[in-house]
Amino acid sequence: MQAALERIAVPALALLASAVLFGLLLAVYAGVDPFDAFGLMYQGAFGSWFSWQNTLTRAAPLILTALCTALPARLGLVIIGNEGALVLGGLAAAAAGAAVTAAPPLVVQLTMIVAGMLAGGAWIAFAGALRQYRGVNETISSLLLTYIAIALMNHFVEGPLRDPASLNKPSTASIGDANMIGNIPGMDVHWGLVFGIVACVLVWLFQRFTTWGFAMQVIGGNPKTARMMGLNVGRYVLLACGAGGAAAGLAGTVEVAAVLGRANASLAVGYGYSGILVSFLARHNPLAIIPVAVLLGGIGASGGLLQRRLDLPDAAVVVLQGIIFVAILASETLYGRLLPRKQEG
Amino acid sequence: MDHGGIGLWGVPLAMLAGAIRVSTPFLFVSVGECLTERSGRINLGLEGTLVMGAMSAYGMALYTGSPWLGVLLAAGVGVLLGALHAGICQLPRVNDIATGIGLMLFGTGLAFFLGKPFIQPKAPVLGAIDLGWWSDIPQIRQALQVNYLFVLGIVLAFAMAWALKNTRWGLIVRLAGESVDAALAIGTPVGRVRLIATSIGGAFAGVGGAFLSLYYPGSWNEGLSSGQGLMAVALVIFARWDPIRCLWASLLFGAAGAISPALQSVGVTEGYYLFSAAPYVLTLALMIATCSPERSLRGAPGELGVVH
Amino acid sequence: MIDKLTIGRRALLGSAAGAAALGLSGAANAQKPLVIGFIYVGPRDDYGYNQAHAEAAAALKKLPGVKIVEEEKVPETVAVEKTMESMINLDGATLLFPTSFGYFDPYMLKEAGKYPKIQFRHCGGLWQQGKHPINTGSYFGYIDECQYLSGIVAGATTKSGKLGFVAAKPIPQVLRNINAFTLGAQSINPKATTQVIFTGDWSMPVKEAEATNSMIAQGVDVVTCHVDSPKVVVETAERAGIYTCGYHTNQAKLAPKGYLTGAEWNWERVYTGFVDAMKAGKAPANFVRGGLKEGFVRTSAYGPAAAPAGKAKADAVKLEMLNGNYVIFKGPLKDNKGNTVIAAGTSHIQTDPALESMNYLVEGVVGSTS
Repeated sequence: MQAALERIAVPALALLASAVLFGLLLAVYAGVDPFDAFGLMYQGAFGSWFSWQNTLTRAAPLILTALCTALPARLGLVIIGNEGALVLGGLAAAAAGAAVTAAPPLVVQLTMIVAGMLAGGAWIAFAGALRQYRGVNETISSLLLTYIAIALMNHFVEGPLRDPASLNKPSTASIGDANMIGNIPGMDVHWGLVFGIVACVLVWLFQRFTTWGFAMQVIGGNPKTARMMGLNVGRYVLLACGAGGAAAGLAGTVEVAAVLGRANASLAVGYGYSGILVSFLARHNPLAIIPVAVLLGGIGASGGLLQRRLDLPDAAVVVLQGIIFVAILASETLYGRLLPRKQEG
Repeated sequence: MDHGGIGLWGVPLAMLAGAIRVSTPFLFVSVGECLTERSGRINLGLEGTLVMGAMSAYGMALYTGSPWLGVLLAAGVGVLLGALHAGICQLPRVNDIATGIGLMLFGTGLAFFLGKPFIQPKAPVLGAIDLGWWSDIPQIRQALQVNYLFVLGIVLAFAMAWALKNTRWGLIVRLAGESVDAALAIGTPVGRVRLIATSIGGAFAGVGGAFLSLYYPGSWNEGLSSGQGLMAVALVIFARWDPIRCLWASLLFGAAGAISPALQSVGVTEGYYLFSAAPYVLTLALMIATCSPERSLRGAPGELGVVH
Repeated sequence: MIDKLTIGRRALLGSAAGAAALGLSGAANAQKPLVIGFIYVGPRDDYGYNQAHAEAAAALKKLPGVKIVEEEKVPETVAVEKTMESMINLDGATLLFPTSFGYFDPYMLKEAGKYPKIQFRHCGGLWQQGKHPINTGSYFGYIDECQYLSGIVAGATTKSGKLGFVAAKPIPQVLRNINAFTLGAQSINPKATTQVIFTGDWSMPVKEAEATNSMIAQGVDVVTCHVDSPKVVVETAERAGIYTCGYHTNQAKLAPKGYLTGAEWNWERVYTGFVDAMKAGKAPANFVRGGLKEGFVRTSAYGPAAAPAGKAKADAVKLEMLNGNYVIFKGPLKDNKGNTVIAAGTSHIQTDPALESMNYLVEGVVGSTS
C-alpha cells in the first residue's frame, strides 16, 4: 500500500519541486509571473481538444523511441542510440516504399514497416553484439552509431537516393500519397500513437508473463548468476537490443509514412534523444512510458505559447525538461523513505 | 603549384592545423572526465557544462573586456555544475548516467536561455602563440598559431597523469574508484573525494567551452557545440582512463574532423557527409579493435557505473 | 539592437499618424487587430537568415492595428503544422509567414486546405497557380543579384584570384548564389575561381571555421558564405587577415578591415506589402518575387578594402539591375564538368522558373553538387 502511494507521491513531489524551481527562474530572471506561465502551459498542452491532439501528436514518436532504451535497460544495458535507429529506420522505410509504390497501399505500408524495423533493429543489435562479443561499451557505441547513422542518411538523401525534383529540401522519392497511413479516424493524430501504445502493452505482457521476459529480468539483476544458470545471455542481449531498435525504426517509419511522405533531414529532429529521457523517467517500465511521453509531449506543445505570449525563448522549455528530469531521478532516493511504514520482518 | 596555394600538401597540413585548433575542447573535457571517472563517477552532463562554460565565458569577456576572466568564470560554473552532479548522484539509488543526461539538457537549456543577449555583441577573444615564426610559408604559420589553453591542456594532461600515479591524492582518488569498501575500510571519505573529483572535472569542461566561444570558432551562438562534450566522454573510455592517451585521442579526433573541409578544399568533393563521419567511424573502429570481452574492463575503475 | 530600433522608428513615422490616434480612441475594442504569425526554423537572433526575418517582424510590430506572434526553432516536421494551428486557434492569427523552405510541402499546404479563410505566405517556395491552394503563396528575393555584385568586388580585390564559398547544402538557392558570385567575379577577373566547401548543415560553427581556414590554406583570399549565420565565417576570415563578403544581414561590424560588401535581405519591404493588402481587405499577392529593383534585397556599403575598379563596375551593373535590364544567367554558359547548361542566345531573366531548380555549378567553381 505504502509502496503504491509512494509511486504516485514521489514523482508528484519531484514535479512540484521542478515547478517551483522553474517558476523562480522565470520570476527572477525573465520577470515573468510564473502562474501566468503555468496557466499558459496548461492551456497549450491540455486546455482544449486541439491542445490535447497537439500533445498526443508530439508524444507519439517518443513512446516508440523510448522503448529503444527501455528494452535493453531490462538487461542492465544503457542504450542511447535511439536517434540513429529512428533515422535509419525512416530511410530504409522510404527507400523500400518508393521501390514498390505501384503495389496496393497495404503491401507498400507493410513493406515499409518491415524495412524500417529491420534497419533500426539491426543497428541497435549491432551495438548489443559489440557489447556482448567484443566488450565495447554499449552507451558509447550506440552514441557513435547515431552520428554515423545521421551522416549516412544525409549522404543517401542528398546523393544516391535524392529525388531530383526535391529542390531546396533534398529528399528521397515520394512514397506516393495513396500509401500514406494517415490519421486515426476522428482525430488529428497519426497512427503512430496507436502503434506506440500497442507496442508498450505488448512489451509489458512479454516482460510480465513469458519465460523469456523473466529470464531477461534475471540477467538484468545479476548476469553472473544468469550465466551460471545456463541462460544464453548473448541471445537475450541481441533480442532486447534488436526489438528496441525495431521500435525506434518503427518510429522513423511512421514519420515517413504518416508525416513526411519521404525521407529527409527532418527525420533527425531529436525524437530519439527525447525517447531516452522518457525511458529513464518511466524507470524503463513500458506502461509508465505512455503517460511520461504525454507529459513531455505536453511540455513541447506548450512551449510555443510561452514564446508567443510571454516572449520567452524556446530554451525555456528545455530548461524545464532538464529540471524535471534531474528532480525525478534524484527523487529515486526517496522511495522507501518518504512514508512511514511498518517495520519489516 | 599555383600562386599562393600549397596544393595537396594542404591536406596533411590542414589536418595538423585542425588537430591543434579543434582538439582543445576535447582535451579539456576528456582529461577532466578522466579524473572524475577514476574516482568512480561518470558525468555525461559535461556537454551541458561545456555549453554553459562557453556562454558564461563569452558573457564575462563581454562585460569585463577580459577573456581570461571569462575562462575563470567558465571554470567556476563548471565546478558548480560538477558539484551539483556529484551531490545528486551521492544520494542512494540515483543513477549517474541518467542524471548526467538530465544535467546535459539542463545545462544547454540554461545556457541558451541566459545567453540570448550575448549572440549579437563581439567580445574580446583569447590570443595565440605564434609557433610558426621560423617559416616563410603563411599556411604553416597559420597552422602553428597555438592558443595558450591548448598548451595549458597538454601540461594539465601530463600533470594529471603524474598526480594520479604518484601522489597520495591520486591514490585516494583511484581507491575511491576501484573499491568503495576498501576505501571506507581505511577511512577514506569516498563521497567527498568524488565530489571534489567531479567538481574539478566540471571545471575542465567549463574551460573547454570557454575555448569554443573565446578562441575557436570564437563567438557565442546556440549551435556552437555539436556534441563535443559528449564525444569527449566517449574519448575517455577510448583512452582507457589515461590522461595522456586522452591527449592523443583528442588530437586524432580533431584531425579526423578536419578531413572533410580539407579534402574539399583540394577538390575531393564527393561524399563529404561520409568524410564528416570519419571521427565517429574511427573511434568506433578503434574501440572494436582494442576491446575484447575478457579485457573490456582493463583500466576501468571498478566502481564505475555502480549504483548504491 | 540599435539597428532594430531605427528600423522600427522609421516604419512608425512612415505610417499614417492618424491610425496611431485610433489606438487611443474607444474604438480600440471594436477594432480587432490583424494578428500575424511568424515561424522561424532557427533562433531568431542568429545574425543571419532568421534574424533578417525577425527584424522585419519587429518593424511590423510598430504598425498600428497589427499584432505579431512569433515562434522560433520550429523543426520542419508535424510540429510546424501544430504551431500554425495553434497560432490560428489560440492567437487568432489570420496571416501566417512560415519562413523556412521545408515548411511548404506538405505542412503549409495541408493547413491551408484545413483553414481556407486564413492566408499563408511562404518564404522561398515555388507557388503555382492551379496547383497550390489560393489562400497560399510564396515570396522570395533575387539575392543572387547582390551576390553577383559581391562577386565583382571580390574578383577585383582578390590578389590570388581564388575566392572561397562556405555553403551548407547543394540546393538550388545555394547553387544560384555560388554561380552568381562566380560569374560576377569572372566578369571583371576572367581567371577568378571559386572554391566551394559544403558543411552539410545550416548551422555548424566549428565546421564553418574549419572550412574557412582550409580555404585560406589553399590561398583563397576572399570568402563569402551561404549558411544560416555568417558570423563565424566572417570573423574567422577577419582574424586571418583576408577579405569577406557578407550574407543575409550586414556583418561589417564583425570585420571592419576586411569586409568588402554583402548581400542583404530587406524583408520589411515584402511584409509591409502583404500587410497593406490585408488591411485593405484584399488577399495578398500569391507569387511575389523581387530583386534590387523592387527593394527586396540590398547591398552592404563598401568596406575600406574594396578595390576601386570593382566598386565602379559593381555600381554600373547595379544601376542596370535597378533599371531591370541586366541578365545574370545567359548563354553560352558551361558548368564545371564541361556541359553546356545554357545554350548560346538563351537568357534566363530573374523570373524564369528554370533558375529556381538550378542543379549545376558554373565553370570556374571548384566543387561538386553531390
